[in-house]
Amino acid sequence: MNDNVGIVIVSHSADVARGTAMMVEQMVGREVPLGWCGGDPDGGLGTNVEAIMAAIDKAWSDKGVAILVDLGGAETNSEMAIEMLPEARRSRVVVCNAPVVEGAVMAATEAASGATLDAVRRTAEELTPA
Amino acid sequence: MRHEVGLHARPSVKLTKLAKAFESKIDLGLSPDGPWIDAKSIVKVMATKAPKDSTIYFRAEGADAKAALDALVMLVDGDFQDGP
Repeated sequence: MNDNVGIVIVSHSADVARGTAMMVEQMVGREVPLGWCGGDPDGGLGTNVEAIMAAIDKAWSDKGVAILVDLGGAETNSEMAIEMLPEARRSRVVVCNAPVVEGAVMAATEAASGATLDAVRRTAEELTPA
Repeated sequence: MRHEVGLHARPSVKLTKLAKAFESKIDLGLSPDGPWIDAKSIVKVMATKAPKDSTIYFRAEGADAKAALDALVMLVDGDFQDGP
């Protein structure tokens, strides 16, 4: 149904992940598939591979999924989640090297125009000084 | 442009999304002589940080250039409200 690249937001904080997703929805719109996760089940800070995989599934698009992460474990767990995906999906998911909030809004704006996964990642990463 | 906060995050997203709906090459500038930036680049549009009451100039080149300019001017004149 949706042929825009999906966006996944992974933060150590459930509030940051959800808040970022709300920003994307309200600023860009709902035409971009969106998944997010953050925090551990006890309400503390953390990220985990299963939740990231579920978020990727929620945001899945055949054009691919771009993941925005905050710090350390969010990135390594996202990479692990990608490795655990079915082979056909693995090559269509990327982690963007960009700040999580700004990157998510920029990536989603690009994705909303029907851009490729590569273009979406490049837009998010344009924010990061070389 | 009369938008209360100027060309900030939300207006920038709206402008870029609209520009991307057209095939023409579309540039945006804060003076009639440029410098020009790609109106389809959300990162560049957001970085212009045009304040309230500034004038935004557009130029477009391509098959749907006229329609693109009309739509963009309408968006800015309409204070970045959602269209009908």
